[in-house]
Amino acid sequence: MALELNEITKVVGGQTHIKPTSLTLHSGHFNVLLGETGAGKTSLIKMMAGLDPIASGQVVMDGEDITALSTQKRNISLVHQFFVNYPHMTVFDNIASPLRVAGMAKSEIQGRVEEAADIMQLRPMLNRRPHELSGGQQQRTALARAIAKESKAVFLDEPLANLDYKLREELREQLPELFAGRGAVVVYATSEPEEALLLGGETALMQDGRVTQFGPTAGIYRDPANLSAAQVFSDPPINQARIVKEGTTAKMGSIHWHLSGAAADMADGDYIVAIRPNHILPYKTDTAFVPITGRVGVTELSGSESSAHFHFADESWVSLAHGVHPYTVGEEHKFFMDPSACLYFTPDGTRIKEERA
Amino acid sequence: MKTENQKAWFFVLPVLLLVAFNALIPMMTVVNYSVQETFGNNLFFWQGLDWFEQILRSERFHAALGRQFLFTFLILIIEIPLGIIIALSMPRKGFWVPVCLVTMALPMLIPYNVVGAMWNIFALPDIGLMGYFLNHVLGINYDMTQDPVAAWVTIITMDVWHWTSLVVLLAYAGLVSIPDAYYQAAKIDGASNWSVFRFIQLPKMKNVLTIAILLRFMDSFNIYTEPFVLTGGGPGNSTTLLSIDLVKIALGQFDLGPAAAMSLIYFAITLLVSWLFYTLMTKDDLN
Repeated sequence: MALELNEITKVVGGQTHIKPTSLTLHSGHFNVLLGETGAGKTSLIKMMAGLDPIASGQVVMDGEDITALSTQKRNISLVHQFFVNYPHMTVFDNIASPLRVAGMAKSEIQGRVEEAADIMQLRPMLNRRPHELSGGQQQRTALARAIAKESKAVFLDEPLANLDYKLREELREQLPELFAGRGAVVVYATSEPEEALLLGGETALMQDGRVTQFGPTAGIYRDPANLSAAQVFSDPPINQARIVKEGTTAKMGSIHWHLSGAAADMADGDYIVAIRPNHILPYKTDTAFVPITGRVGVTELSGSESSAHFHFADESWVSLAHGVHPYTVGEEHKFFMDPSACLYFTPDGTRIKEERA
Repeated sequence: MKTENQKAWFFVLPVLLLVAFNALIPMMTVVNYSVQETFGNNLFFWQGLDWFEQILRSERFHAALGRQFLFTFLILIIEIPLGIIIALSMPRKGFWVPVCLVTMALPMLIPYNVVGAMWNIFALPDIGLMGYFLNHVLGINYDMTQDPVAAWVTIITMDVWHWTSLVVLLAYAGLVSIPDAYYQAAKIDGASNWSVFRFIQLPKMKNVLTIAILLRFMDSFNIYTEPFVLTGGGPGNSTTLLSIDLVKIALGQFDLGPAAAMSLIYFAITLLVSWLFYTLMTKDDLN
């Protein structure tokens, strides 16, 4: 099963909201749309679902052009970030609603609903109404409806955004296996890079109504095509600073390091370096050895990780390291940067590809 | 254990006083008349339940009650679906919303007797715009002053014109309170327009429709001014609804006793049917 978008655009009142977008989304793994709020994730999902009109381009499902097909006939499921269940129906009826509409036999509906309810652990709640459920159970009901329907494409639009932390983690772990082996194209929109990495599969990075990069999630994380892709796919935000390249040396304020590979081959001049916070450590290692000394402004300790925000060369930097590290706010600390993890960009944001050994 | 707080009575006291003054005390007067006979001069003779028996056995009352139920039945069966259909076809946002709402509200702003007079003039076969048009342009033999069917069609049309808007506005209020997400969910389920109506819109409108049906039932069951001005209960007694008959007995024949008994029976029927409606319509919610 595959869902193809060919140069689709969305225009509202003369303004292009979604710029020409082409993607081929496959079943068998999660397809993540990753971007900040307003990047166009929901718009793109609605266009695929047929809920929003497409100004130009084609949507092709399994080789069949469904651009002009109404939502009702597309055989899809959609789970929102807010919980959409019919308030006057029981959980059972909610899960059964698409099957009833499709005119399925009662015994088959019963079987499918119970199977979906078992997967989502909703069996004891089947006779309750949505308002008698917790947020997590309501979202499970919405997910169960998507599972029971066995549709060709399942769109999950930030489905975990309104759940509390524990539930979110729990459901996020379950999601990939829930849809595994069901043959549906699963599209998952999120604004959290961490979710994309945990869900795996393929990721499309979205920014300002366009897909800036698409491919296997881990690959995109390692190898962003441009500065904006690197920015979108980093939490805490990626560190970036201007450098001057001279020969095979990169200079940044008072420090410098040796360049190799593609970065060494580029012409001398001004460039941008970007490095993820987890490659700037408060201790020296074999790889992280370029020293940066900065005044610590804010520190955060989140269980097993500690992060420190510090100032260096007129830029704000973040270091993220495993373990608990004693920083003193307002004092200078020494950090070490891993030059092999540096990503280099031209001033307009184009990536200078580092050939990896 | 339930705790009882007698202080609550203190808080409902103003309402009890108000109801006493505007409903209970006047009604007691009617009760007083309904069990006595009077010939004026403030002289009363005890009559017991005779008037009630007389009214309940009277064919004239049965006929008026029958007409009244028929009228109310036709009103509900036309206005409720029509109001829903109009509400469904009204725009949910944009420039036309206020235009539609104001247009809808206009008939309700016109006083009852003016509506009756308007439709009377409108429907007269010789000088009325509609009457003339039907008779002389379309060639339909229409005369509400002579033909009972024409009279019924006219009073029904008048009430539909006057009061369907109420159903429309209530149904519309129910419809606009439905978030877009439900419509989207229904589309994704593959639901047809009928299913969307049956499983989303209708349940969401249920509460306001209960109110609409109750209001339209009570109003149409107690209607007096408009048909009285329009047809005066005629031709013959064909449009003499319960209230018109009551006024004839009370103020035409000055039979105050039977009229009082009839008022109480009338009131009891209205109350009983309203209660039945309400109980049936809200049964699901209570469970």
